[in-house]
Amino acid sequence: MNRLSVIGLVIVVVFVGVAILAPWVATHDVGTTNIAARYIGPSAAHWFGTDSTGRDIFSRVVFGARISLEVGIIVVTVSALVGTMIGAVAGYYSGWVDRILSGYLFNVFLAFPGLLLAIALVAFLGAGLNKLIFALCIIGWVGYARLIRAQVLKVREYDFVQAARALGAGDFRILFVHILPNAIQPLIVQASLGMAGAVLSEAALSFLGLGVPPPAPSWGVMIEEARDLSTLQAAPHALIFPGLAIALTVLAFNFIGDGLREYLDPRQRRR
Amino acid sequence: MKHKLFGLLRRAGLLVLVVWTVVSLVTILIELVPGDPAIAVLGEQATPEQLAQFRTKHGLDRPAFFFGFPADENGQRHFRWYGLSNRYDDYWVAILHGDLGTSFRTDRPVVDLIVERYPATIELAIVAMLIAISIAIPLGVVAGKNRGTLTDNALSVVALVGISLPSFVIGPVLVYLFAVKLGWLAPSGRFDWSDIILPAFTLGAALSAILTRMVRSSVIEELSEGYVRTARAKGLSERKVVYKHVLKNGLIPVVTILGLQLGVLLAGAIITEKIFGWPGLGLLLVEDGIGKRDYSVVQGCVLAISTTYILANTLTDVVYRWLDPRIRVS
Repeated sequence: MNRLSVIGLVIVVVFVGVAILAPWVATHDVGTTNIAARYIGPSAAHWFGTDSTGRDIFSRVVFGARISLEVGIIVVTVSALVGTMIGAVAGYYSGWVDRILSGYLFNVFLAFPGLLLAIALVAFLGAGLNKLIFALCIIGWVGYARLIRAQVLKVREYDFVQAARALGAGDFRILFVHILPNAIQPLIVQASLGMAGAVLSEAALSFLGLGVPPPAPSWGVMIEEARDLSTLQAAPHALIFPGLAIALTVLAFNFIGDGLREYLDPRQRRR
Repeated sequence: MKHKLFGLLRRAGLLVLVVWTVVSLVTILIELVPGDPAIAVLGEQATPEQLAQFRTKHGLDRPAFFFGFPADENGQRHFRWYGLSNRYDDYWVAILHGDLGTSFRTDRPVVDLIVERYPATIELAIVAMLIAISIAIPLGVVAGKNRGTLTDNALSVVALVGISLPSFVIGPVLVYLFAVKLGWLAPSGRFDWSDIILPAFTLGAALSAILTRMVRSSVIEELSEGYVRTARAKGLSERKVVYKHVLKNGLIPVVTILGLQLGVLLAGAIITEKIFGWPGLGLLLVEDGIGKRDYSVVQGCVLAISTTYILANTLTDVVYRWLDPRIRVS
């Protein structure tokens, strides 16, 4: 592991810890507004200051970590599972199955700009956390599927797979017991980068008003609320802290992903 | 030659399939609206006559597809064949005539709305790309030339930070610095030539980070080539070696990737346009379309943005294959 991925890991551990312990870490209630205490700068009472309605930004950023990580974990898990299944089937059976799956289906999903598809789905389904997660899974699975298909194509030619087949193992057993465990290693890189992507997309959709509806403390919602001119003028910290939270989380997952890729592919190490 | 033609035909076939899927998806999307789209647009207070009139006008009273499973009076669902008189068919016929329907709100043809807004988005994407290139080439060359040094590592970290910072963070921060604090530029709109600076920079920031990384690895690769040794042996200055020889060859993959990125920029412009109130396709989609539940506008915008994206990618792919014959074989 290189130094940057260790930094990334530390940041992620901190964010996960904060997300799990949010009710104890937060210093104020996330929803309580107090117009008299609006636009207060960072201070001992309000570590990150308050926003345009007097809510405590630190507590909102802390609870925002919950939403981000929750969305990230669900989206990555579901996308990886679905993608692995479809990719494995395409790679293992090849022939017309593969031609339909990777030749057509993968290409359709890859040809579509991902965020636009998510925006379109949520625009018609209506905003909300579950719909947002659904939309992100719809655009997320294909990356995993493509990766696993390539891996399975490679692994299924190995001798131990031939040996298993010669011993009379069925397709199901060969695929799930012999091939997949030896094919999923690069998935972890994709999953790490996928977490970064999911956190970003959640914030982006919430920013556009298509994700978690306000007043929920999603980082994207907080940025959207902080960017009108009067708030920018009076309380730039309302923008800076959730922005930093997003950037740090995404950076951390990218660091980990890059580090893992290097670790798994020794040829890249010397670059 | 035969291979080339076959590859091109395959590519064209795939393109047709993908576009067909996108159009189908867009027509089906309106079925996802929970409840009745007519009520969603006109509101609960609308009279039954108004609703019926609206449905007839926009074809919403017709079946969605060639067949369906409508419920009978007992609530049982049965298969029913509708034939060619359905919305999916109508939409295709209209599209082939260059018609994307009329806005649910303003009754204006959606095509007109898109044509009106398209130039602003293209303008934004091109300026963003120019900014990204002018940042990435010098930084990438410096990093690649000094590979492994402190400068290189620092630039790599800066590039990763640039990739991790989303436009909806960079944009408002730029508004704060240059519009609110310094007062040099307008926070939003498209009135003066200088209004494009902030949105283009916001949109191009991530791309410049990606390009810096690419230029760097390209320069490193080229520096190890034999012709570089020859050039140095001839006594050329390091400056000339890098800028006249290495950069020229190293930019080939970068330039082709730019085409791919143009599509990404056009799609990414949705958020940037919203931040800066830039009157392009993205703003049309988010504010007039999604914000006002004008579903026909949403459909049109999604279709316009995604087909542009797909065409840009296909074109890049073809040009790339043509430029670099090694890719054609694989």
